[in-house]
Amino acid sequence: MTDEPQFRRVARFVSPADRGFAAAVYGGSILFALLILGLFVELVLGSWPSIVRFGPGFIFHSGWDPINSKFGALPMIYGTVVTSLIAIVLAAFVGIMAAVFLADFAPRWLATPLSFLIELLAAVPSVVYGLWGLFVLSPFVRTALGPALQKVLGWTPVFSGTIYGVGLLTAGMILALMIVPTVTAISRDVIAAIPRDLREASMALGTTKWETAVRVVLPAARVGVFGACVLALGRALGETIAVTMVIGNRPEISASLFAPSYTLASVIANEFTEATTSIYVSALIELGLILFAVSIVVNALARVMIWSVRGSERA
Amino acid sequence: MIPSLRRCSAALAVMAAIAVPAAAATQLTGAGSTFDFPFFSKAFYIYSQKNPDVTVNYQSIGSGGGIKQFSSKTVDFGATDVPMNGEELAGAKDAVLQIPVTLGGAAMAYNLPGVNNLKLTRQMVADIFLGKITKWNDPQIAKLNKATSIPDTSIVVVHRSDGSGTSYIFTDFLSHVSPEWKSKVGTGKSPSWPTGVGAKGTEGVAGQVRNTPGGIGYVEMAYVVENKMTAALLQNKAGKWVSCTPETVAAAAASKPEVSASNFSIVDAAGAGSYPIAGYSWVVVYKKPSDAGRAKALYNVLSWLIGPSGQDNAKSVDYVPLPRNVQETAAATLRQMQH
Repeated sequence: MTDEPQFRRVARFVSPADRGFAAAVYGGSILFALLILGLFVELVLGSWPSIVRFGPGFIFHSGWDPINSKFGALPMIYGTVVTSLIAIVLAAFVGIMAAVFLADFAPRWLATPLSFLIELLAAVPSVVYGLWGLFVLSPFVRTALGPALQKVLGWTPVFSGTIYGVGLLTAGMILALMIVPTVTAISRDVIAAIPRDLREASMALGTTKWETAVRVVLPAARVGVFGACVLALGRALGETIAVTMVIGNRPEISASLFAPSYTLASVIANEFTEATTSIYVSALIELGLILFAVSIVVNALARVMIWSVRGSERA
Repeated sequence: MIPSLRRCSAALAVMAAIAVPAAAATQLTGAGSTFDFPFFSKAFYIYSQKNPDVTVNYQSIGSGGGIKQFSSKTVDFGATDVPMNGEELAGAKDAVLQIPVTLGGAAMAYNLPGVNNLKLTRQMVADIFLGKITKWNDPQIAKLNKATSIPDTSIVVVHRSDGSGTSYIFTDFLSHVSPEWKSKVGTGKSPSWPTGVGAKGTEGVAGQVRNTPGGIGYVEMAYVVENKMTAALLQNKAGKWVSCTPETVAAAAASKPEVSASNFSIVDAAGAGSYPIAGYSWVVVYKKPSDAGRAKALYNVLSWLIGPSGQDNAKSVDYVPLPRNVQETAAATLRQMQH
């Protein structure tokens, strides 16, 4: 308590450069806050005509018919959430395993080039993923993966129906590929930062390397690894071009993962340039607002989960 | 630090001095239709070669964006695949002239290995896209194509997912030939498709059709010609079987020389040589542009573009030149512009 005034006095003697730096730091953070706020205000203003005309029904209705000015966002919300979930489930499993391998198992001569290659995946433009998805992955799903899944699990509605090649599953797989580098790179750094003592203590108790990784290191790193997954999920929710190319762009809710679907970002990318009536444009902007809201909800949920994990640590 | 800054500003001053004479040339700007872009970039390049004092900067941001920019007068002209409608004309600041500049057609590309020269009636195309015909060996299709054996493949309908003038022309055609389509779906750039999967862009539809045995989709004529895709023969209004070529599309346009922005549809055109899925793309200008100097330059560019020498450039990029009688109609409309 008594130290505090002293600190303040010291701060008063700082050079103008320090003050300038402080202003830049504060200014930068405030600018970010304003940017987000401005984005939100702009989205609400742009979608206002649509909000007034369609009300909350916009979120709960299916059917997207610009010709008759009937708009409902439910199928797109469904498609966005389902493709992102598929992506994060696949990417989290593969990505975390790769991170464990790179941090604790791989010899150095292998870990360095392998990390580099995985991070390189993040640098591939999304349109390239989209084209690869359309010309390689989607035929593979249609001719090999889809029929195989259907043979074993076809009795469930999730794997029933016609396999077009494009659809929810293909889009989720492409997304998984795109977000794996995020999961792996961050998780690897987090795992590598876990103190060596912890590993040594575990080994000293007679665990195998594998048991140490899964029972000691991963639990210790869970908050950071979870954070990596949240960041990756955020990217999956907003990804546009690659998804648009492989999802089939059909505003319909279907239980089957083989069915074509639609995402919020894809509709905007597809239709914004040629949207001519004002209510149509407004409805598209409202989709953007919903995507904004979905991202906030997902991030907030993730925050709550991280807090609860930390809370249980303290207990 | 300071000397280097001074050197920089000196260099900037020199650059500005050099740039001044170039700025004396008139730079016209336009925005709109992506469909027009390959034709415009070729044609405007040729025009600037012949007239170095005028350059045209065209931004292919889509028809909707083009109309918006034109209406707020941030560009000299707009380009749109469908003429501006009443609401849009009311949104523009002044009286607008709409001039047809080029023609397009859509071919029915399909993927049935071993089946060439597939014939489809207009009604069959409508029923396929309505989801009423779902198998390629449907009795109607089999009966019409007796010479070839058609496999028992499911039909996979592929349509554009992005808002597109090609979709407008295609749905306009379907609305003309099928009352059911007209009442259930209607005509538009982004209709609510009863069946099928959506693919982004012409190349997306073409790729999806090529990837999917049993696929069928409508693809821009230029793309089908350049990539030698298999496309169906369609029966036109006169009962003749026609394929989508520059000649048959031009024939459809020539059958209706008195085309205007309020009466522009040329789908399902009369005439033995007419291809049924065709349509115009349009340039929009203000009747009384505010800047007289720019108006003169714009008038000259556009009258060249819709004249014979401008239209010749369409052929080289696989677009369809306007037939002579339509060129005259277009020129008559353009002459109403104050220049």
